[in-house]
Amino acid sequence: MRTVFAIVLLAVVGLGIGLALLDVPFGAPKTGIGDYYIEHGREETGAANTVTAVVVGYRAFDTLGEVTVLFVAALGLGAVLAATGGGSEKREVEPASLVLLTGSRFLFPLIMLFGAYVFLHGHLTPGGGFQGGAVVASAFLLLYLGSRGRRVSRTWSTATEALGGLVFVVLGLVGLAVGGGYFLSNFMPTGALNTLLSAGVIPVIYAAIGFKVGSELAGVIHDLVEET
Amino acid sequence: MIIVVSLLVLVMLAAAVAALVFRDLLSAVIASCLVSLIASLLFFLLHAPDVAMAEASIGAALITAVFVIAIRRTKRYEE
Repeated sequence: MRTVFAIVLLAVVGLGIGLALLDVPFGAPKTGIGDYYIEHGREETGAANTVTAVVVGYRAFDTLGEVTVLFVAALGLGAVLAATGGGSEKREVEPASLVLLTGSRFLFPLIMLFGAYVFLHGHLTPGGGFQGGAVVASAFLLLYLGSRGRRVSRTWSTATEALGGLVFVVLGLVGLAVGGGYFLSNFMPTGALNTLLSAGVIPVIYAAIGFKVGSELAGVIHDLVEET
Repeated sequence: MIIVVSLLVLVMLAAAVAALVFRDLLSAVIASCLVSLIASLLFFLLHAPDVAMAEASIGAALITAVFVIAIRRTKRYEE
């Protein structure tokens, strides 16, 4: 009886959504906002990468919310793992093989460099704070797999994370005070297009996001490997 | 181009089905990693390199690691 009821309910809801979406043309531009970003994004924000112009320029406040969601998720994971109280007993762990050890030592600085490159050039080339931060975190993952002795200091990773968030919010407030009168307005000179020091606050914000996401995800990996 | 994309989508679908039916959870995780990897390749081919990078680093690397750690703490085989 419950199953039949559930199926009928699902069919009714599906039919409703289907009928509502029937008249909406798929993929057709419904507002002119996309074309506006493509045409004016480069001049208005100074970022050569239009995706970055939207993510950290026009929609920077949404990005702050996104960073906050990630922060709360990492915080929740840490709290759950701390509350369940694992990791008290020392497990026997085999040492990593020579190939993995040597490979991780060799690749770790290269992956870190690439991650830093990705988030520092977010306004010029594909990528940005989130992608660069994730690449940095994967370097730490390799380190955790490769050698048992080298670990992230949780104090320093939390400090880096807090500093990244603080830089983001403070830049937003400075923009509110001296810039165009709204939160996160681009108050620094945008400079010449396609150069590293262009696009005003965007590279600074992306560097802050890169540090924040990188240290946050490295902390998540630390918690998962060590605390459980 | 369309042939390459269709082949990739077919492999991706096969990997997704494999991730569902495998009893060995480690193999299932590897299969779902393959889904993410091909998704990132498809994003790149569809001219969305920003999304491709996020999908490759988070979907293929970090999520897989989280699942592998979870399997190491629990059981490897589904009953």
